[in-house]
Amino acid sequence: MSKLIFSKGVEFRDSQREQQQFKVRLAALTVFVMLMFAILLTRFVYLQLVQHNHYHTLAEANRISIVPATPGRGVITDRNGVQLAYNYTAHTLEITPSKAGSVDDTIDKLGEIVEISPRDRRRFRQLLEESKSFESLPIRSRLSDEEIARFAAHRYRFPGVEIKARLFRQYPQGELFSHVIGYIGRINQKEIDRLEENSELANYRGTDYIGKMGLEQSYERALHGTTGVEQVEIDSAGRAVRLLSRTPPTSGSNLVLKLDAGLQSLVFKAFGNRRGALVAMDPQTGGVLAFVSKPGFDPNLFVDGIDPQSWNELRNSPDRPMLNRALAGTYPPGSTFKPYMALAALTYGKRTPQQGISDPGYFWMGNHQFRDDAVNGHGWVDMYKSIVVSCDTYYYVLANDLGIDAISKFMSQLGFGSRSGIDLTGESAGTLPSKEWKKKRFNREWFAGETVSVAIGQGYNAYTPLQMASAMATLANDGVMYRPHVVDYIEDVRTRNRTPVEPQPLRTLDWSAEHIAVIKKALVGVNKEGTGASVFAGAEYISGGKTGTAQVIAIKQGDKYVESRVQERFRDHALFIAYAPADKPRIAVALIVENAGFGAKSAAPIARQVLDYYLLGKEAPTAAGETPREDATR
Amino acid sequence: MMAYYLRRFTRLLTGHIDGPLLGAVLLLMGVGLTVLYSASNAGWARVSGQMVNMLVALMVMWIVANVPPHFLMRLALPLFILGVILLLGVAVKGDIVNGARRWLNIGVTRIQPSELMKIAAPLMLAWYFHRYEGTLRSRNFVLGAILLLVPVGLIARQPDLGTAVLILASGGYVLFLAGLSWKIIAGLVVAGLAGAPVVWSLMHDYQRQRILTLIDPMEDPLGTGYHTIQSTIAVGSGGITGKGWMGGTQTHLDFIPERTTDFIFAVFSEEFGLLGNVVLMGLFLLVILRGVVIASNAPTLFTRLLAGAITLTFFTYAFVNMGMVSGILPVVGVPLPLISYGGTSLVSLCLGLGILMSIQTHRKLVHT
Repeated sequence: MSKLIFSKGVEFRDSQREQQQFKVRLAALTVFVMLMFAILLTRFVYLQLVQHNHYHTLAEANRISIVPATPGRGVITDRNGVQLAYNYTAHTLEITPSKAGSVDDTIDKLGEIVEISPRDRRRFRQLLEESKSFESLPIRSRLSDEEIARFAAHRYRFPGVEIKARLFRQYPQGELFSHVIGYIGRINQKEIDRLEENSELANYRGTDYIGKMGLEQSYERALHGTTGVEQVEIDSAGRAVRLLSRTPPTSGSNLVLKLDAGLQSLVFKAFGNRRGALVAMDPQTGGVLAFVSKPGFDPNLFVDGIDPQSWNELRNSPDRPMLNRALAGTYPPGSTFKPYMALAALTYGKRTPQQGISDPGYFWMGNHQFRDDAVNGHGWVDMYKSIVVSCDTYYYVLANDLGIDAISKFMSQLGFGSRSGIDLTGESAGTLPSKEWKKKRFNREWFAGETVSVAIGQGYNAYTPLQMASAMATLANDGVMYRPHVVDYIEDVRTRNRTPVEPQPLRTLDWSAEHIAVIKKALVGVNKEGTGASVFAGAEYISGGKTGTAQVIAIKQGDKYVESRVQERFRDHALFIAYAPADKPRIAVALIVENAGFGAKSAAPIARQVLDYYLLGKEAPTAAGETPREDATR
Repeated sequence: MMAYYLRRFTRLLTGHIDGPLLGAVLLLMGVGLTVLYSASNAGWARVSGQMVNMLVALMVMWIVANVPPHFLMRLALPLFILGVILLLGVAVKGDIVNGARRWLNIGVTRIQPSELMKIAAPLMLAWYFHRYEGTLRSRNFVLGAILLLVPVGLIARQPDLGTAVLILASGGYVLFLAGLSWKIIAGLVVAGLAGAPVVWSLMHDYQRQRILTLIDPMEDPLGTGYHTIQSTIAVGSGGITGKGWMGGTQTHLDFIPERTTDFIFAVFSEEFGLLGNVVLMGLFLLVILRGVVIASNAPTLFTRLLAGAITLTFFTYAFVNMGMVSGILPVVGVPLPLISYGGTSLVSLCLGLGILMSIQTHRKLVHT
């Protein structure tokens, strides 16, 4: 019993002790709880008080998305309102590579739902290499409604793939205007750098495309417009919940051109499969009426990124379709140079109109013989006849009397050898030979014999068809020179305000009216009784013109040029310059048909079609590229 | 006569309810419903569903509060054994949900035996130490630890690290309160630090990722770091006074994942700010301190240990959840007690709180 009591006592004391120990432990844990809560509180104070601004910013950045509102690009139309470049909305299927996982797998799976051609794949590959992985890149454009519906049903299978509505550029005239209008393409790194330099990059947020060539490039600033801003509240999936604020975009301005789409199309057809270029201008304004470089290319290929195969085809074609011949192709002007030579002679007092030579068919300089095409010569040749029959000997002699310094001074005033300043980028300056030029280019002295070649438009002479057209227009306009320009005016889409591009003449050359009349009379003579007569027979207007043939290869002394023996690509270029009507010129033309031989045969008929169309509104009665039956005489 | 029966009835209804505890619980539940309404975008379906859950949980609490502790003592061993068997069942043929084998299909419904263990483990240990009261030796602690590690190991294998840690903690509290020697505790801490690499090597990739994420959430901002980053932004952007009820942008624009369940605290914190957090912590502290009082007043070792363990487990829930949402603890699946949406945890929490009430209100019966 006592043992029990004792043991109970022990137990009691143990229990007392245990209870005491429990309370200590419980107190320890309570302290622990307080400590932990204090840590939490510290954390809350840190997040919500100290760092509140930081997290507030992050939450706002989560919530608010600044969405650029892309302006519509300006529309380009010809002088009669024919659309040459416009925009349309289309749905594209786009992949954001960084979100899509394996791009190849994604494209394979997409191919089961919407049609994806090998070209699309190649194009996408190309884009992928040029872009950053978080950019949304189009794999297919112009989705049909059915394709959109089919993708929507399978959307969940494709993370990082979206359908987007985008504005696309369309060039309805295809290759017809390729070298004038140019094209737009995706902005590349170089362009981004340039935009950043000009602090224009902000305006390109939301813009994927930029003008790469032609008017699309030179009028990029006007065409692009001003980007607007939308503040959109978005949820975690990036879906817009509501619009918070909006600054609307300002659409790009429209361009209305001087070009005549009908004329352009006529010229394009008239060239047929020939390579070459034509520039037609209004001499009274400098407005470009037709601007053709053959062959062209389809600018629509470039809009959503050209695939490498098509690009290689264009780049490697021996016909060089990407070369803008009218703007950057340089050719010897051949005999079309003669009227200006004659005018130079009059201006510098080296010839009177009546002064003449007896042409034996050749000209000796030292031991070098310069030949005329007429083997036995043209007989007595004065200035009028020298132009009408295109007598070389007359100019061989004249060259000697004028000298290269006078020639290059006169020709440079006409715009030869310098950029015309046309509103297109990529213009070539050509080559106006002079002593200084030769010294600089070859570090050699000028030879008198070289002046003789220059005088008939051969030798070092190399000018763009644009320069030739501009010179023709200046002469036709009695020395009042305008800067050539394609765009008539820029039209603000909202206010309809029109800003003319080139209303003032560039300069007036100090030629005497008498001298101009002499040359013009001779040019009219060419088309009436000279080398252009057969082509212009029966025209309902009076026109002036001049044929030209430019050698591609030099003919050895004593050899005779026989067209059929020369490889196509080394045959002579055919040239023609013209203006009409003779009394009050409304149009001036210069054109070159590459490797087509004699200028009167291949080039003049195209000029006739151009003048007929522009002055009379007539389409060519003959089929494209057909040459007159009878052989022209020079 | 009428008054007598009314008094009897009132006594039947409230006789074993602890007023302060019930008050704190009801306040927390009220906060929970308020936040839930906002978190579910004014969705009444979730709120009304949670109301039903709460009613059920309160009924369970009332029932348990009326069960005398000595009856609970008798349930300890059978419940524990049943729990272990069910856990073994899960390991053998449980259903896999979200990559983890946690659910057991028992024909009528699917249950998560680990939930049962949350109560059964501390109950069992409290019973075990009570049984050897007065003669406790080191081996009792060793055996207790082994008893605890069986369900913890099974749950960790599922894998459900969060629940395993919680149960380990609840059992650990029992061991600590029962008088586990400080030397051993110190030894365990050292062993724990030394064993960390071993634990690391035993962990699943996603578990390791969660811990790495805690150290640098921006390493994988759209993957494992996303939860932590977005909930931290929510908390921080709440500021002192919060963005106002229904005004949380992180919440309503869907940036907070699991925002009605495990991450509901981010919603609360965003909309009610630092002041709200202080109030909420105060309410949790109210429950905890009341539990501490109950434990310290408890008459037997069993009730003391059980009350202490339940109270501290409740604390652990709250702390782990808030720590995880505010980015100082790894992301584990622990709900915020009485606030997060979900019936199971609500019921098991209220069951524990009911036990606390039972312990408090049956004191005199034991003494007399």
